[in-house]
Amino acid sequence: MEKFTELTAIAAPMPNENIDTDQIIPARFLKTIQRTGLGKNAFAAQRYDDNGNENPDFVLNKEPYRHAEILITYDNLGCGSSREHAPWALLDFGIRCVIAPSFADIFFNNCFKNGILPIRLPREICDELMGDARQGANSRLTVDLEKQIIIRPDGNVVPFEVDPFRRHMLLEGLDDIGQTLAHDAEISSFEHQASRAWVPSISMGTAK
Amino acid sequence: MPVSSSPRTLFDKIWADHVVDRLEDGTCILYIDRHLVHEVTSPQAFEGLRMAGRRLRRPDATVAVVDHNVPTSDRSQPIEEPESRLQIETLEKNVAEFGVPYFPLRSASQGIVHVVGPEQGISLPGMTIVCGDSHTSTHGALGALAFGIGTSEVEHVMATQTLLQKPAKNMRVSVEGKVGPGVTAKDIMLAIIGKIGTAGGTGHVIEFAGSAIRDLDMAGRMTLCNMSIEGGAKAGLIAPDETTFAYVKGRPFAPKGEAFEQACAYWRTLASDEGAHFDTEVTLKAEDIVPSVTWGNSPQDVLPIDGVVPSPSDFKDPAQAAQVQRALDYMGLTAGQKIAGTPVDVVFIGSCTNSRLEDLRAAAEVVRGRHVAKNVRAMIVPGSGLVKVAAEAEGLDKIFLDAGFEWREAGCSMCLGMNPDRLTPGQRCASTSNRNFEGRQGPGGRTHLCSPSMAAAAAVTGTLCDVRELMKETV
Repeated sequence: MEKFTELTAIAAPMPNENIDTDQIIPARFLKTIQRTGLGKNAFAAQRYDDNGNENPDFVLNKEPYRHAEILITYDNLGCGSSREHAPWALLDFGIRCVIAPSFADIFFNNCFKNGILPIRLPREICDELMGDARQGANSRLTVDLEKQIIIRPDGNVVPFEVDPFRRHMLLEGLDDIGQTLAHDAEISSFEHQASRAWVPSISMGTAK
Repeated sequence: MPVSSSPRTLFDKIWADHVVDRLEDGTCILYIDRHLVHEVTSPQAFEGLRMAGRRLRRPDATVAVVDHNVPTSDRSQPIEEPESRLQIETLEKNVAEFGVPYFPLRSASQGIVHVVGPEQGISLPGMTIVCGDSHTSTHGALGALAFGIGTSEVEHVMATQTLLQKPAKNMRVSVEGKVGPGVTAKDIMLAIIGKIGTAGGTGHVIEFAGSAIRDLDMAGRMTLCNMSIEGGAKAGLIAPDETTFAYVKGRPFAPKGEAFEQACAYWRTLASDEGAHFDTEVTLKAEDIVPSVTWGNSPQDVLPIDGVVPSPSDFKDPAQAAQVQRALDYMGLTAGQKIAGTPVDVVFIGSCTNSRLEDLRAAAEVVRGRHVAKNVRAMIVPGSGLVKVAAEAEGLDKIFLDAGFEWREAGCSMCLGMNPDRLTPGQRCASTSNRNFEGRQGPGGRTHLCSPSMAAAAAVTGTLCDVRELMKETV
């Protein structure tokens, strides 16, 4: 996973609530067996017309937002399906940071696993950042994960909170499987507890 | 099983019984009892294991099915869509290489992962159950902690049989009383989502409680827990009781004999203690719930069938008003119109929400002696091969076929249109599935979520309508 330390980039405004993962990447594009290549179909239904031509009104088809690396939305970003194809599509498009008043739990978690920083901020602050994002060429924000601040185009600073464990993983670009496997002995002793004797093992020969 | 003096919830107990270790910041290593795998969200995870030279830690706690991509028509031919075929072939290669128990397409027991798990006794009370699919919450109906995960976590479970998690908050949704005729578990859940909103459960695990919930059969409980994610919750669960134990007993992979009795003794200890703390409490009266449908593109856009479509001017927040207008435009509806009487083009009865035998019985009861309305395409997609066979043994297939329904093979089908079962742009569908998002059932498709009996009523009348009206008529 790529580290996330500091990012200065164009922020795109998407002033909608409940942007679901079906919007971020429709189901018909989930037939891939790879993580990459989904960026061209991110937000496909809004981004392209029926003939596959770009819809000029959609924000990510406009300059400078086609180069956006930050997305600003309203409540409940990423609701719906658990598909990790949603953060994969955002990442493949170039998005490294998403900012919203609230997120759906699975999407929030999936972002961290892919080097995307999701930032929760109160609606009033998201309104201000939405205003910044609407400034076209002047919509550049700096997101500093080390210091946990966002620097707005006018130089004002917005602090944000992030879970310390997840912050550490992002800053270092760490894979958490390796970390968990360091607890292999504890996992083994847990699964051999007498109180777990009732949990059946599954093999296709077990069913009667 | 640690003994605690302070009263605990069902969720607290299952959680505590699965914590392997607690890291400094409170993150827990949570042991996973069952990992269900399907073809769409697993290929990158298997590939990750291979690339890192890691083993699948517990093939004997893992089960794979094919469901999302599979055709629900003739299966004697190879799968036509090359990408779907590749995804299924990739799963078959992976389960063979890693030794995962697998229900292949040609198995009599193949079906939707959230139907197959409980049906086979793979999912049991008191377990932690995960799957790379948000509707894993379904299995909470058994009194298990079951939730959807992304593919990175799928790989984490494959390699470690655990997840890194922080405990969720506790929410209790109580539904007291008796529901009226024509009101089903789906209507109860739509009413709950309409009340709490699609983000109402964020950060919480919902325990469904109250007499109306205890009265539900297991299929109804699964419908309810299935859509917990539509209320934003991490999971939904229901305390295991005699209904649960009777359902589990004798299932192929469930404990047998003495082992079953021992497991039952443990499961009986799981119900929330008197006085346990819930961070959030919501209460509904069963008598207030009526047959419902959705009008918009979020599951919280719920209307009683006798209701009218809202107007953007009902909303103060300009962003919300704009969203309502957008949904009206997308759905081809007018503010203030009655939802009943809206003509439908397609009726889909199926999905992990409503494709069990009890759901098909409820639909058949409405359909019996009637015929699908002109110009309506109506399809039944059973949740598993076993559901299909059981329905046929009762003659339900005949009722549906005589009425002009399509009687198809098991799979996810038109719930998300990854296989050829899709709406075309502008088509309006009464659907027993779980999401009415833009384009969910096919680009430009318009989805109205409802119960199997309401969907059946829409099929035979050709419009969204109150199933209670049909129940009054004698055919």
